Amino acid sequence: MSGTLAEKVWDAHVVRRAEGEPDLLYIDLHLVHEVTSPQAFDGLRLAGRPVRRPDLTLATEDHNVPTTPGPITDLVSRTQVETLRRNCEEFGVRLFPMGDAEQGIVHVVGPQRGLTQPGMTIVCGDSHTSTHGAFGALAFGIGTSEVEHVLATQTLPLKPFRTMAINVEGQLQPGVTAKDIVLAVIAKIGTGGGQGYVLEFRGSAIRALSMESRMTVCNMSIEAGARAGMIAPDQTTFDYLQGRDHAPTGADWDAAVAAWSQLRSDDDAVFDAEVHLDADSLTPFVTWGTNPGQGLPLGAAVPDPETMGDDNEKAAARHALEYMGLVAGTPLREIKVDTVFVGSCTNGRIEDLRAAAEVVKGRQVADGVRMLVVPGSARVRLQAEQEGLDQVFTAAGAEWRLPGCSMCLGMNPDQLAPGERSASTSNRNFEGRQGKGGRTHLVSPLVAAATAVRGTLSSPADLDGAVGAAAPAGALAGASSEEKN
Amino acid sequence: MDAFTTHTGIGVPLRRSNVDTDQIIPAVYLKRVTRTGFEDGLFAAWRRDETFILNHPAYSAGSVLVAGPDFGTGSSREHAVWALMNYGFRVVLSSRFADIFRGNSGKQGLLTAQLAQDDIELIWKYLENEPGAPVTVDLVSRTVTAGDIVAPFEVDDYTRWRLLEGLDDISLTLRHEQDVTDFEARRPSWKPSTAVG
Repeated sequence: MSGTLAEKVWDAHVVRRAEGEPDLLYIDLHLVHEVTSPQAFDGLRLAGRPVRRPDLTLATEDHNVPTTPGPITDLVSRTQVETLRRNCEEFGVRLFPMGDAEQGIVHVVGPQRGLTQPGMTIVCGDSHTSTHGAFGALAFGIGTSEVEHVLATQTLPLKPFRTMAINVEGQLQPGVTAKDIVLAVIAKIGTGGGQGYVLEFRGSAIRALSMESRMTVCNMSIEAGARAGMIAPDQTTFDYLQGRDHAPTGADWDAAVAAWSQLRSDDDAVFDAEVHLDADSLTPFVTWGTNPGQGLPLGAAVPDPETMGDDNEKAAARHALEYMGLVAGTPLREIKVDTVFVGSCTNGRIEDLRAAAEVVKGRQVADGVRMLVVPGSARVRLQAEQEGLDQVFTAAGAEWRLPGCSMCLGMNPDQLAPGERSASTSNRNFEGRQGKGGRTHLVSPLVAAATAVRGTLSSPADLDGAVGAAAPAGALAGASSEEKN
Repeated sequence: MDAFTTHTGIGVPLRRSNVDTDQIIPAVYLKRVTRTGFEDGLFAAWRRDETFILNHPAYSAGSVLVAGPDFGTGSSREHAVWALMNYGFRVVLSSRFADIFRGNSGKQGLLTAQLAQDDIELIWKYLENEPGAPVTVDLVSRTVTAGDIVAPFEVDDYTRWRLLEGLDDISLTLRHEQDVTDFEARRPSWKPSTAVG
């Protein structure tokens, strides 16, 4: 029987299937961080249960860690990190703590170590686990009760999902990136449009993307409400994986590639829904509101809530404009920002830092704007420093930080003050997400960097004498993927 | 987990769509390592506004939240469910829930009952005209009663059964541990391990 990629991966992991019950699915990799795990480990302790497969579990410290040198000064943040260390020690789970050469955001660490492989099931107590779908894995976020369930049993009872094909055909124009693709998709289908679905991103524009860019696309599937996002593995995927720490070697590699090569939706597979997006006509996208679906091309103006669809949408837009301090009709390019954040599991990989660096190179961050550059992992930071990107950023007046989740959600000291406005390469523009009263515009790394230079929402094409500014991310600096070791 | 059959409590009309889990509980409240005490973080930003519905004395002891569509979107934090339950909520009514939030709720015994948006609108109007009025949610018959309004709701059969019986997932799965062991024996040997490399 023919099937979609998602169905094939699901079917290969069914441990038990019974009428009227959810399927019991085996989990190949469980990623853990300090925020959503303490109560799960506590549950195990209370029930006297061990971690079934510590060898399929990996923990990292990311959400609370400061991005400036020194210990965690916030007492509760420190307690959470120390609790994770104690739990990992007690239950035998491998941990990459702050300061470790392998530490970083959980969704950056898994792929760069080669732990994320095609056809796997991957979970983590974090909604952006969808990132790993870029490799053709079925990867999704879970709650703390489910974290406990996976720790105890290495399985999850799951109800079937529906499948949605997102076809992106054509070729991206210079200056348009994976981030713009996914923001446009979310604006098109809405923050609830993917609910109950696993999205499969397909089409020539997706196949042309690097692994880092594919991760950006899948990362934000959750912002469309989807359970997961996936991309069929291909030579780009295999090339990225080969030689990484946890990738198979020798005969195992050949066996794995043979299996991975089967992982694609059959030509006659039927999706429950299909969406089409034209890559040629895409332009840089930014959000104007307080959910990731409230986005428009940079060339547009702040929309008028009264022209929106239904009453709920009108009310939401009115509320969003009030919170964001914006007036309908204002060109988006005239919106001034105080802060630019480059980083997060969405855009904190080497390719993203290269793209931003290329734009600010030889330029200065505008007066009154602070620009934070936070690498997604210690390895990304090291590689960027080897390429001299840190020098480019600091020469331009940006701050070069230590790796972590940072201002994406402001659990550490990196926050917006009330009323402050950011252009951010992260994934959520929710009210207060980056700090109480903070206002967030989601953008690509190229737009973030150009915005830092001009002080208002901008694309590289808006900059004077833009050398390389109009080149797409990934074509910059003759970019190869993240270093493997 | 406590069994859930029927619940009657004060209904709280929350006329907002797209209530994401950052609104239900902001990230700064996620630093605790317990499952209790999250009620102070529930809707923390909105509760600073004295006109917010939960600051109205008639609604402040509410236990049935009647919300707009797309409730619980965003972050997977189960703290959102703990915050609602720690505060005293037992049921959320909405015309559409985010998947992860609905899953988390079912595991903790918070009922997410899906109603037609037209029925939500009727219940909103009723509760706004009758502040502090009770709402009854009957999981056996899958109906919500508020004044003269009787509306059916959807909840999947499996979650309903688990809630009615008060069963926890891990014990249910461990009944099938042999199936898990058998599956593990069939996994390809080249699948990665975190322990080495």
